[in-house]
Amino acid sequence: MSKPLPTLTLKDFATDQEIRWCPGCGDYAILKTIQKLMPELEQAKEKQVFVSGIGCSSRFPYYMNTYGFHTIHGRAPAVATGVKLANPELNVWVITGDGDGLSIGGNHMLHLLRRNVDLQVLLFNNEIYGLTKGQYSPTSKVGTKSPSSPQGSVDLPLMPCELALGAGATFIARSIDTEAKHLSVVVKRGDEHRGSAFIEILQNCPIYSDGIFENVKNKKLAADFKVEVEHGKPLVFGKERNKGIQLDFQTLTLKVVELTDMVQETDLLVHNENNKTLAQLISTMSGPDFPVAVGVIYRQDKASYVTDSQEQVNVARKKKRSLQELLNSGNTWTVE
Amino acid sequence: MELVEEKLGAHHLDEKQVLDVVVRFAGDSGDGMQLTGNSFTQATALYGNDLSTFPDFPAEIRAPVGATFGVSAFQIYFGAEDVTTAGDELDVLVAMNPAALITNLANLVDGGLVIVDSGAFTAKNLHKAKYDSNPLEDSSLDGFRVLAIDISKQVLAAVEPFGLGHKDGLRCKNMWTLGLVMWLFDRDRKLTIESLQKKFASKPEIAGANVAALNAGHSYGETAELPVGIHVYKVPKADVLPGTYRNMTGANALAWGLIAGSELADIDLLFASYPITPASNLLHELANRKEFRINTFQAEDEIAAVCAAVGASFAGTLGVTSSAGPGIALKSEGIALAAATELPLVVVNTQRGGPSTGLPTKTEQSDFNMALYGRHGDTPMPVIAAATPGDCFDVAIEAVRLAIKYMTPIMLLSDGYLANASEPWKIPDAGSLQSFPVSFHEDVEDFTPSIRNGETLARVWAKPGTPGLEHRLGGIEKNYDTGNISYDPENHQKMTDLRQAKIAGIASDIPKQEVVLGEESGKLAVVGWGSTFGAIHQAVKRARLENLKVSHIQVRYLSPLPPNLGDLLAGFETVLVPEMNTGQFIKLLRSEYLIDAEGLNKVSGQPFKIGEIMAAIHKEFAAIRDK
Repeated sequence: MSKPLPTLTLKDFATDQEIRWCPGCGDYAILKTIQKLMPELEQAKEKQVFVSGIGCSSRFPYYMNTYGFHTIHGRAPAVATGVKLANPELNVWVITGDGDGLSIGGNHMLHLLRRNVDLQVLLFNNEIYGLTKGQYSPTSKVGTKSPSSPQGSVDLPLMPCELALGAGATFIARSIDTEAKHLSVVVKRGDEHRGSAFIEILQNCPIYSDGIFENVKNKKLAADFKVEVEHGKPLVFGKERNKGIQLDFQTLTLKVVELTDMVQETDLLVHNENNKTLAQLISTMSGPDFPVAVGVIYRQDKASYVTDSQEQVNVARKKKRSLQELLNSGNTWTVE
Repeated sequence: MELVEEKLGAHHLDEKQVLDVVVRFAGDSGDGMQLTGNSFTQATALYGNDLSTFPDFPAEIRAPVGATFGVSAFQIYFGAEDVTTAGDELDVLVAMNPAALITNLANLVDGGLVIVDSGAFTAKNLHKAKYDSNPLEDSSLDGFRVLAIDISKQVLAAVEPFGLGHKDGLRCKNMWTLGLVMWLFDRDRKLTIESLQKKFASKPEIAGANVAALNAGHSYGETAELPVGIHVYKVPKADVLPGTYRNMTGANALAWGLIAGSELADIDLLFASYPITPASNLLHELANRKEFRINTFQAEDEIAAVCAAVGASFAGTLGVTSSAGPGIALKSEGIALAAATELPLVVVNTQRGGPSTGLPTKTEQSDFNMALYGRHGDTPMPVIAAATPGDCFDVAIEAVRLAIKYMTPIMLLSDGYLANASEPWKIPDAGSLQSFPVSFHEDVEDFTPSIRNGETLARVWAKPGTPGLEHRLGGIEKNYDTGNISYDPENHQKMTDLRQAKIAGIASDIPKQEVVLGEESGKLAVVGWGSTFGAIHQAVKRARLENLKVSHIQVRYLSPLPPNLGDLLAGFETVLVPEMNTGQFIKLLRSEYLIDAEGLNKVSGQPFKIGEIMAAIHKEFAAIRDK
């Protein structure tokens, strides 16, 4: 029988390190939520491993009193894969940002998700390079003015959840830095998922991209600009819960409709986490014409790379032999 | 020094007994030359000769039939004395078609024997090989002993009772030829027959046809009237140490050395790699050896491979990554992360011709500088090199030992020649290999990840999953005492000094540099590293038979260097450094020891010939006499 786990609190997961994020940074809120969530997961503290790349978000492991590895730019998914392959018992978390995870590390993210390595990716998306002082990122909207794009960026941005879907991710969710309750629930579900859980967290950078998520963060506005998706529930939103999402069958596109006597909730799209087509449609909804979808967008049960790799190792180890047997195998000859 | 070659003595095929012979089997990629060469190698090893082999594949996977760039060859050098290279010039060339003849004839010694399948010298094949006229009919082969046989016809007759079609029948050509060459050197066919029967156990008619072809080739030699000067050659047995032997390629030896290293260290090993020529065989071999404490990961790219290996090491498994030059260049940032976080990591570089894609299937030693210096920051890292295919086994174990003991990345240099070449390898007693069990830190009291061993300066290795040792590592500079982030100027100086001192300290943990052959001081030392061993060794041996006072020194530990190397070199009037690069190791020797060394440099994608080193030795002695 394993020993019962000691009762842990948020404090057990905080380190003595001085936190060096800018005042007002969304990362503080995320850190707090994760530290608070940790005891609720009821897992041994020593089993938690936070692996990050480079960037503001990637300082995260220094502030978590667990095992942590602050690696190099973009490579956290690869390092984390090595950690998990070495010890599948560990619960591995990848902390990354839009630049780290989707630009310099885009290739590794793609392959991590494709392999479905059993871990959680928390991608802090603030649509800007913070630590290098404000250059536009691969998620910045066209026209973003920054030190490296004084006339406005001309690159087309990518949408993290859409990319994850294309890469074959088996769990895709979106949440918001300051929505502690929502974030906590989403991350917990990601933790329960077997395989790669990709969670995009909209995160405000008060210095370089302040207010870009105002519509979905501001309590007064958010109800009209975001929709909380829940498996089996119709896509309803709005302050008065008077708006919904419908599928236009003629064009195979989504449309926002007002709920009236003629259009009822039963006429709306019902969220189904297991429907990839639906996930594609709702993950790409963006303002101001559409609400931004938050919650678990997509989920699918699929084989995980680490489990299958370990299974091959287990099969091979059944034929265990000694080093001497290996050295002597095949054609040999003896000189007297 | 200018690269020139000396021919090695008068030709000897007139004699009934010869001390050593170089045979090259060459044919189309589909002619089965590698199988032929390997079978002949087995028989030669059993016969009791020393030997060395080198398979020479084309870079193209399935070249068009009859094309010169599709010629696949297998070379074997065997003899009565120790053999350490695959040979300079060929004594016997087996050419299965015109393309094989035209691409190899220049290497055949004057008076050498060429065996050809005249049936393959059709107008079409001659045209593909770009022959204007048939070399079997004009004077092209006048200076050689020629055995032109319509092997195709002979084979079809020999395999007729087995009822194979024309195409399948012709596929036995290589065995017929092998039978003939076995007769030529009095080799026993038993082992080949056994392995053919085993290989084709489910197709008895194919097995039977191959064996019949082998026997027919052999009896052709016995019974046919052959041209003057072609007869059975006796090659006396070599005086080899008693023991059980196997044939071993460098790639295989390196893979098995890593397996042995993990057993001796009592640790799991994750081999993370990305396919690249000529390094991939290592990945293939280890992927097939998961019954040991091995797992393999084919990463999406070279960077992911090194990073996954570093991640594995963080988690308490030994991470190993492998590539050739271009891939190692991509890994450089990941290697420095291992150095900064002081995690063990073994990096294997199977060098090939560069720069860029360069010569992927050819050999070179031009990554020496990259191995020693190719990292950002002040990032010292030990570098060791294997000298022979068999040596790859020992060097791999040593790399594992040093990486773990000093919590450091280490670079192991091999090359394309070593990886593919093979030699008889005396199988060691696994029980006699010295173990070096890893010890993970478990003491919770006053733990920091910076606790160090006072002697080695290595920091502790605390495995994630261990209660109470939760800690963070990272690439940012760390406080010497606590391991926490530190931007303090004095601390950075201290940490930089520490990293240097830790690696420099390895010098006291490695064997003293010894002289392979010759005196410990004298007129001339030929100093090599890596796969130049074989050619240097033979050249020095031959020069010493001429009473030249020359010694051979082969350096395995390239960084840090053995502490006595400077004094050793100072005892020689002249130092000659042959390298398959433009002179990289020699610069280190000059700057480290302020000695006047002479370089001998070859960058052609081909290993040194013994005659080239001999010529350089003679030139040095001529200069010494003139002084």
